[in-house]
Amino acid sequence: MTDVLPHPVDQVTVEHVHEDLHEEHHGPTGILKWMTSTDHKVIGMSYTVTSVIMMVIGGLFAEIIRAQLASPNAHLVSLAQYNELFTMHGSVMIYLFAGPFAFGALANIIVPLQIGAPDMAFPRLNALSYWLYLFGSLTMLSGFFTAGGAANFGWVAYAPLSNSLNTPGSGADLWIGGLLLTGFSAIFTGVNLCATIFYLRAPGMTMFRMPIFTWNLMVTAILILLAFPVLTAGLIMLYCDRHFGTHIFSVAGGGVPVLWQHIFWFWGHPEVYILALPFFGMVTEIIAVFSRKPVFGYKGMIFATLSIAALSLGVWAHHMYTTGVVLLPFFAIMSLLIAVPTGIKMFNWIGTMWRGEIWFSTAMLMAVGFLITFLIGGLTGIFLASPPLDFFTHDTYFVVAHFHSVVMALVLGAMGGLYYWGPKITGYMLNETYGKIQFWFLFIGTQVFTIPGYILGLDGMPRRIAMYPHDPQWQTLNQISTLGAILIGISTIVFVANIAYSWKKYPAGDNPWDAQTLEWFTTSPPPHHNYYRLPQIRSERPTWDYNHPGHTASPHGHHVEEESEQEVPVA
Amino acid sequence: MRVEAKVLLGLGLFFGLMFAVYWHYSNEDAGGVMMFGGMLLGFLPGGYYYWWSRRMKPRPEDNPGATQSEGAGVVGAFPSSSIWPFTLGCGCFLMVLALVFGIWLVIPGVGLVGWAFLGGTAEGRRSGKH
Repeated sequence: MTDVLPHPVDQVTVEHVHEDLHEEHHGPTGILKWMTSTDHKVIGMSYTVTSVIMMVIGGLFAEIIRAQLASPNAHLVSLAQYNELFTMHGSVMIYLFAGPFAFGALANIIVPLQIGAPDMAFPRLNALSYWLYLFGSLTMLSGFFTAGGAANFGWVAYAPLSNSLNTPGSGADLWIGGLLLTGFSAIFTGVNLCATIFYLRAPGMTMFRMPIFTWNLMVTAILILLAFPVLTAGLIMLYCDRHFGTHIFSVAGGGVPVLWQHIFWFWGHPEVYILALPFFGMVTEIIAVFSRKPVFGYKGMIFATLSIAALSLGVWAHHMYTTGVVLLPFFAIMSLLIAVPTGIKMFNWIGTMWRGEIWFSTAMLMAVGFLITFLIGGLTGIFLASPPLDFFTHDTYFVVAHFHSVVMALVLGAMGGLYYWGPKITGYMLNETYGKIQFWFLFIGTQVFTIPGYILGLDGMPRRIAMYPHDPQWQTLNQISTLGAILIGISTIVFVANIAYSWKKYPAGDNPWDAQTLEWFTTSPPPHHNYYRLPQIRSERPTWDYNHPGHTASPHGHHVEEESEQEVPVA
Repeated sequence: MRVEAKVLLGLGLFFGLMFAVYWHYSNEDAGGVMMFGGMLLGFLPGGYYYWWSRRMKPRPEDNPGATQSEGAGVVGAFPSSSIWPFTLGCGCFLMVLALVFGIWLVIPGVGLVGWAFLGGTAEGRRSGKH
């Protein structure tokens, strides 16, 4: 048994790695440091701060939308402003918050740490990704300062609504330009993550010892490479249609408007998983650490991630059932199939918690909240995958409630990730009491906000309307939903207050959670180029092996006594 | 390298199958073309990695029993700071703004991009040192 675990001797004599890279670092400081740094931790922090600011901006749009809908005939905003608001709410949240937060922020900081790499594979490309993201965000948001206002054709920009006749004005062009920049940013990040994970792992860190978070990010990166170029190409076509007289998406010139939907959703559906998979990874790490157990079904988890990724590219037209020109059986079967690997993940998360010593820290609460909220969003997604049900509920609040359950689950996961990895990134813990208050506001707010939407949708309330008929039931449900949005808003305020309150107050130490994966082996915050020394890597949780030399759980959660013949001997 | 190759080849195979099924049954081309592209993205790098994995010794990171000393040595050149990504980003920003605010913005945009390419290349030749 001791053969598979690090020897006490090894623990003392861990070798110095990357020694030549550890010459003392004298870089620029202050704003120049922010502008010139190619350190993945600094870039990741820039990503984190920028994307959380975007979340707050998108959240403010959401609060205005919900305030408008609190009564049937509110005049808080004009109809035109309402169109801009819901367009920019969706665009900011999907393009500028969820995506960059998922694969730019925590991924950038944590993935190189988890595999024992000194940095991302292409540090300058990584910095370029951030700048393209920041400038793309500014481009898109600057639409509000143009004469015609921001883009107002919905975050999906369906043709022919998005052509120059129906949507004149520069807000739409700025939206396209901003997306071009952020799209390239995403592609570069995808390349960078793939190269880092393929080429910069520490000795002994085989593919099947990588933490699930890193695995998920690798699959996300491959999905980015498959999906984002399609969006970029589509946006260029859209711009050409608007300004250069081409007719790719207009019937008048012999084009096909539905082609835009095909292109958009061929990016758009994988994008859902580009957003979700990193948070699946975060939640997996959090649940394993706070249950004091290895991840249950490690390889099953990886296989499920790969299946979700593969299937996600074959389901795009389930957003287009009602166009009447798509192959319904194909897309229905593929969409329903996604429930299988997702279910495997759900059971593995529960299996990880099962009979564990669960510690309900804020991060763990957020992760459990994620499971519940994602289950609601996922199950209603299965309804929508069925064409007869989709014909009934398409473009109603049922769809809105469905994907808000999903994305609010991701927000819960994101908050869990920030509470879990925040100490590693900054060196300081966040206050747990504030954190738990934030959790309850966020979790209850999410359910209060989404569940009336399901009922409204089944009752036939269309999405994207600023006013609705005087119906006491609709009004009550909308007001409950608005109350939920307010609770979510309060949770964000509590989060900001927590950061202010805990600012450099609780030093974290290297491994405050007694965590399992490699990033907790280095200091908090990690030094330049990350590691002064590395432990022997003999399982998917090297830090736990190092800190608990006598433990009996071996790689992938099997018991050593039973399966010792399968273990790899130490070289 | 073999696991990496198999992941990509597996995805390529899956997209190839889906492409065949979809192409046969659907009456539109865009989705088929995009899935064919997905298949290539699986097969091209996956095949390359597989080809290499059969010709190289397992790297320390592919060896389950590797010790940390096997990975000692130069991993690569990692610049600690560089202004060129910012310059390049500003250039791209101006070029996108030119779509809306006037085509003349392309000129400074291309200028910045070119400057960044030259500067970044020169910096790369000094292996990330100033």
